[in-house]
Amino acid sequence: MASALINVPKTAKRGDIIEIKTLMSHIMETGYRHTATGEVVPRDIITSFTCRFNGTEIFRADLFPAIAANPFITFFTRATDSGKFEFEWIGDQGFSETASASIIVE
Amino acid sequence: MRFGFVILMTGLLLAGAAPAAEIAQAERRSGYSFMTPDTKAMQDDDTANPGMLWVLDGEALWKRKQGAANKACADCHNDASASMKGVAAHYPAFDKALDRPVDLEQRINLCRISHQQATPLPYESRDLLALTAFVAQQSRGAAIETGSDPQLEPFIAKGRALFTQRQGQLNLGCANCHDDNWDKRLAGSAITQAHPTGYPLYRLEWQSLGSLQRRLRACITGIRAQAYDYGAPELVELELYLMSRARGMPVETPAVRP
Repeated sequence: MASALINVPKTAKRGDIIEIKTLMSHIMETGYRHTATGEVVPRDIITSFTCRFNGTEIFRADLFPAIAANPFITFFTRATDSGKFEFEWIGDQGFSETASASIIVE
Repeated sequence: MRFGFVILMTGLLLAGAAPAAEIAQAERRSGYSFMTPDTKAMQDDDTANPGMLWVLDGEALWKRKQGAANKACADCHNDASASMKGVAAHYPAFDKALDRPVDLEQRINLCRISHQQATPLPYESRDLLALTAFVAQQSRGAAIETGSDPQLEPFIAKGRALFTQRQGQLNLGCANCHDDNWDKRLAGSAITQAHPTGYPLYRLEWQSLGSLQRRLRACITGIRAQAYDYGAPELVELELYLMSRARGMPVETPAVRP
């Protein structure tokens, strides 16, 4: 039951710097922990986050085991055109989630 | 000289062992006020507050049909934003059938058993935390009113006795820290006044949402006492006392704490 929270301004003026905030539900199990009986808890993390705007990649991040659960990633971009941001999280054990948000640039 | 020193030390020890003074109404502070600006900002922004991920899950569960009755919470309670508004601010509440108080998690499970004819959700399971967080979030901003029911009085008294009772290898009661020393720090962390205003809450240390019972059990383990099992009457009585002690303070669910 993965869910994402996205915060993108609904509207912006052309040329404005806007902040984009994303929060993804994930346990981010490091792979370095052991159970009480000594078995390794297998690594289960998000490995990659990508943001595309109208199909063009504008932001990418690689994630590693030291990143806390429920990764919160924010970044800034310049509002150029109206359009759609598409977000994609890819991770271990076939994890793949997407989300999108639209912006109107005046 | 030596005799004088002993008298002085005895005086200090007696002063240190003075009975717990309850915190004055005007001096009560939510755990929020002890946090750093960064953690406060995380709680204040619903798109940065990880607790909202559970609230979203809870909203989906609210509408999902469950159990042999094939009913969703929404089939009886409809729109939670109207039907659940202010409800969490009254919990733990007195249950007539059980003749004792139940907390919000227990109320949800009682509802699952009797009305949805479904199996109860395990304590601290994602689904139970999600549903509890979703229901409690509908009361965000409402003043806590727990304990206004006179039937709860003997249970509040039991909770209060447990709060002041010294126990464990460190021989500490809750009040020794949270009534007497809340303005000090323990190993660098603020001690706080133990007002459970934001449960279930996202604790950065847990990297997860957790219930008040989880928090209480962690505290009891911290004083090296044997923690009560999840759902134990003692834990519910403690929850009840703490919530009635926080009466009038606003609900913050889902809160964020360090």
